[in-house]
Amino acid sequence: MGRIQLEKVSKSFGDVEVIPPLDLTIEDGEFAVFVGPSGCGKSTLLRLIAGLEDTTSGKVLIDDADVTQVSPSKRGLSMVFQTYALYPHMTVRKNIAFPMRMAGLSEDEQEKRIMAAAESLNLTDYLDRKPGQLSGGQRQRVAIGRAIVRDPKAFLFDEPLSNLDAALRVGMRIEITEMHARMKTTMIYVTHDQVEAMTMADKIVVLQAGVIEQVGSPLELYSAPKNLFVAGFIGSPKMNFIEGDEASKHNAKTVGIRPEHIDVVESGGAWTGTVGVAEHLGSDTFFHVHDTGLAETLTVRALGNVALNHGDTISLSPRVNEMHRFDDQGLRIA
Amino acid sequence: MAIVAQSSKYGRVSRATLAWVVGLLFFFPIFWMVLTSFKTDADAVKPEYLLFFQPTLENYLNMTENYDYWRFARNSVITAVFATIFALAVGIPCAYAMAFNPSRATKDVLMWMLSTKMLPAAAVLYPMTFLTKSMGLFDTHFLIIVVLMLINLPIVIWMLFTYFKEIPKEIIEAGQMDGVNTWGEIREILIPLAWGGIASTALLCFIFCWNEAYWTVRLTTTEAATLSKLIEGNRAPEGLFFGRLSAVSTAAVGPIVVLGWFCQKQLVQGLTFGAVK
Ligand SMILES: Nc1ncnc2c1ncn2[C@@H]1O[C@H](COP(=O)(O)OP(=O)(O)OP(=O)(O)O)[C@@H](O)[C@H]1O
Ligand SMILES: [Mg+2]
Repeated sequence: MGRIQLEKVSKSFGDVEVIPPLDLTIEDGEFAVFVGPSGCGKSTLLRLIAGLEDTTSGKVLIDDADVTQVSPSKRGLSMVFQTYALYPHMTVRKNIAFPMRMAGLSEDEQEKRIMAAAESLNLTDYLDRKPGQLSGGQRQRVAIGRAIVRDPKAFLFDEPLSNLDAALRVGMRIEITEMHARMKTTMIYVTHDQVEAMTMADKIVVLQAGVIEQVGSPLELYSAPKNLFVAGFIGSPKMNFIEGDEASKHNAKTVGIRPEHIDVVESGGAWTGTVGVAEHLGSDTFFHVHDTGLAETLTVRALGNVALNHGDTISLSPRVNEMHRFDDQGLRIA
Repeated sequence: MAIVAQSSKYGRVSRATLAWVVGLLFFFPIFWMVLTSFKTDADAVKPEYLLFFQPTLENYLNMTENYDYWRFARNSVITAVFATIFALAVGIPCAYAMAFNPSRATKDVLMWMLSTKMLPAAAVLYPMTFLTKSMGLFDTHFLIIVVLMLINLPIVIWMLFTYFKEIPKEIIEAGQMDGVNTWGEIREILIPLAWGGIASTALLCFIFCWNEAYWTVRLTTTEAATLSKLIEGNRAPEGLFFGRLSAVSTAAVGPIVVLGWFCQKQLVQGLTFGAVK
């Protein structure tokens, strides 16, 4: 079991309130991702759950038990740190065994679980090495191994992949997602990478300046962002925002349209502009379009290869029913 | 190219020369002390026997036979060893707390500890003497151990704090997440990781304890008297017995020099504060 609830939890460092009081529930077995720009308080929130930071006010509950005053070692959670935080003086085997040894598991049981973890994480050949003799990806696996062997109530990940190169990151992302599907243990995963958030999460928590902007499934956030911040943060490339006359036409202060919801047409589209940059990826083509009179740059995504280049005139047809409308406060108009 | 190579060669030579000069300068008094310890008291003050003389072991024999060198040495070992152990036993948890759970007051506490070293020892000599005498602690091992531990505690905590600071906080936090309590954390993670730093701190503390003279001379008579007291006792008010004094001093610093020699690497690392990593 691993149901985590935050009730009116807030955190201040000195006089600075990093997290104003917030409520949040993460259900048992859920894969929750905290996402937001740098410095928005994702790590702090995770550390509050872990118990590595004291709450300034409010309560943390795990399986309905109040753990606000319980030390991290007794909360039954595992954490994977961005810097891996392996014990440099212990071999991989000892690192993985450490939490089990502390929990007083029998040697046989320890060995069994070490082998199982090493097997699933491809670490069997490295068990007798020290962390200093491993690559970044291998270290990360050891950190994950150390976290899984003790059957925690929940896993906490703080940007575990940000020190890895792009290819490895994708691989590990898939491994962690599979691990979750297999173990069905609650996971809370912090990242500032919205692609990771979209691909891994059951539930995304979007944070800005310590405030929860929206909580929902990836597709909810994609199709119905509550406000301009979430609209701009979720989705890649970013949503286009248009103000002025075009927005007024739709009875909104701002309208947003995603690059994939603007079609490139031969001629006679509602909007025209000149191509600034054309990015030909083969599968897609991204156009950065200027001089539309709508916004400084419109980003447009066309499927396949479209043979337009810098300086060409482009005719665009927005899918009006895919537009998002926002009011003066930047909130979504239903 | 050639010029660069040459100038760096000159640089290396002049640096080496400088190092030798400084080294010899520091070594000379020790050398002279050892040399003098093999002269008779009479020869020691005669200029004609400055370097060439009839060496004698008389001073050393005299020391072990008449002055009970071994008792003083034993006291030195007991007091320095236990003072160091207790200083570490207090200092490690203390530095751990300040390094990994700092509060607003941590910096001030550290400064305050150091400030205790600014009090001139002479200022508390009389209170200390009277107090310890009336408490029946005067001239006991216990007293000397406590005093040596206390006067070295600030520097011990400072050094340990500096080493512990170099250990990434996440490793300590990972330990907490893995279910270790505070003592387990210190035993399983902190001490193995900061081992080099702890060893050099211990070594330095031991040396300071061994060489301490102000309190060990004044708070002891016979029972707990250390080698410092033995040297002090040979200062000989009735005349200057340089040979004897040198022999005693050599025998007093000997063990610590040997210890320091074997732990050179530790010490250098320790004093340059780069041991952990
Ligand atoms: N120990 C601390 N003392 C004072 N301020 C802190 C402390 N830890 C974090 N902060 C502040 O709290 C805010 C949130 O920090 P946090 O580390 O939670 O951000 P984050 O969302 O994890 O950012 P990133 O994506 O860069 O890791 C930041 O403004 C940071 O400066
Ligand atoms: Mg962070």
